[in-house]
Amino acid sequence: MKLTEKETEILEILEEDSRLTPETIAKMIGLSEEETKKLISGLEEKKIIVNYATTIDWKKVDGHEGVTAMIDVKVAPKRGVGFDEIAERIYRFNEVKSVYLMSGAYDLSVVIEGKTMNDIARFVSEKLSTLESVLSTTTHFILKKYKHDGIIFDHEDKDKRIVVSP
Amino acid sequence: MKMKTLNSYLSETVINMKPSGIRKFFDLAANMEGVISLGVGEPDFVTPWNVREACILSLEQGFTSYTANAGLYELREKISEYLFKRFDLQYDPAEEIIVTVGASQAIDIAFRSIINSGDEVLIIEPCFVSYAPLVTLAGGKPVSVSTFGEEEFKVNPEILEKYITSKTKAIMICTPNNPTGTVLSKKELEAVAQIAKRYDLLVVADEIYAELCYEDEYVSMPSIEGMKERTILISGFSKGFAMTGWRLGYIAADRVFARAMLKVHQYSIMCAPTMAQYAALEALENDEDVLYMRKSYQRRRNYIVQSLNEAGLFCHMPGGAFYAFPSIKSTGLSSEEFAERLLLEEKVAVVPGNVFGQSGEGYIRCSYASSMEQLQEAMKRIKRFVQSL
Repeated sequence: MKLTEKETEILEILEEDSRLTPETIAKMIGLSEEETKKLISGLEEKKIIVNYATTIDWKKVDGHEGVTAMIDVKVAPKRGVGFDEIAERIYRFNEVKSVYLMSGAYDLSVVIEGKTMNDIARFVSEKLSTLESVLSTTTHFILKKYKHDGIIFDHEDKDKRIVVSP
Repeated sequence: MKMKTLNSYLSETVINMKPSGIRKFFDLAANMEGVISLGVGEPDFVTPWNVREACILSLEQGFTSYTANAGLYELREKISEYLFKRFDLQYDPAEEIIVTVGASQAIDIAFRSIINSGDEVLIIEPCFVSYAPLVTLAGGKPVSVSTFGEEEFKVNPEILEKYITSKTKAIMICTPNNPTGTVLSKKELEAVAQIAKRYDLLVVADEIYAELCYEDEYVSMPSIEGMKERTILISGFSKGFAMTGWRLGYIAADRVFARAMLKVHQYSIMCAPTMAQYAALEALENDEDVLYMRKSYQRRRNYIVQSLNEAGLFCHMPGGAFYAFPSIKSTGLSSEEFAERLLLEEKVAVVPGNVFGQSGEGYIRCSYASSMEQLQEAMKRIKRFVQSL
């Protein structure tokens, strides 16, 4: 879809900080607040803006440490629907956080979150492996998140500049 | 024999030099908690990682000795290519480019290489605080030429011409300007060039903010017809490439000037730091971040200028750099009073315009090289402060 320059600017701004109000964004891109609101609604309706979420480091919250795994899944694609049908069967599960079709040694990359390692083991053995077109799975547990979606976790971003300079 | 008071040993030139007016605000702000500073004259971006990594690699490989006086030849070649690609300038990397310790040292050796005792240099104000003292140190006489808010701080050729005497040697200009953010268009540069040619003057052009130009294509002074041989071009990596602490700048000038400046440079500095030169090489080779940073500043500029106007402080839209220079005349306060009270009452640090020259009185410099979060809070506080007056 071809977007206008202002629409692209709005996307770039919101992607960095979705808390900025239409009023502030309007000033940043030189439009009125009304025009900006309209463009944002348009982008939402077109599902280009899909969601406004917050990046949270759950590891820091007691009782919410959780476990994340990336699962390489080999599947047998079906005539007519290819990989789409099996991908949909997989992504409908709530514990599945992302599903990508991959090039290379396996077909689908599935990211799943659970409270414990057992939750994930159960999901893989009971739900995922038993799907008809799934040929094999390889599960990798994530040990530590350093950077996620462009955000560095535990990053000290204190301003190191002197307060006033020429 | 008994020693005289220590003060009496000092150079008269240095004794007579006023300390920068910025110092006072630094001392005030540095000791306060919770201050939002719009007083910072440098990017809020940390140097991009690829550039820092290139420096680390150079250290690992043991590149820790001197370079040629003029700087690494590869770097001068890259600077030459960059100046051609971006600004259509042609400089011979072998003889017309010198890598310096920041643009500041570049300005210093430029003045020391062209000034004879008593020569006058016209300094377009408001401007960066170093120009006049460096002219004085070189034995010359700085002559202030004011520009005015009503004219968006553009150089007024008629006023400029009035200050020319038989002793005038050069015109010092900076575009985009610190502190006003004003960018001179091709036509406006041509008007200055006309005067330089008519009175046979040199131009020292500080173009350190050239990468941060938001509206039109940037036009560089030496690209104006007949100006290459009359211009000493000063630039560097500090602002556009977010490399202030690396202290790396450069000079491009006709070989006659470059040779003279290289003499001063080799005796006073030897060469710019080697590791910083390797970093700069990478900065020029992979410069995608420059575009990202420019866009980011541009949006913050739009935001802050509109917010200042809404707060009741008239502010023209600056074409470049990362400074807004609003008028505070409507408040009836002087620049220093305004800045001091704003700091004490609302904990926002700005720089009073008069420290950049007398024609900066009635204005304050607000740097928008800060996060949107900080800028939004600062604008709220400034609005509240102006309403309280």
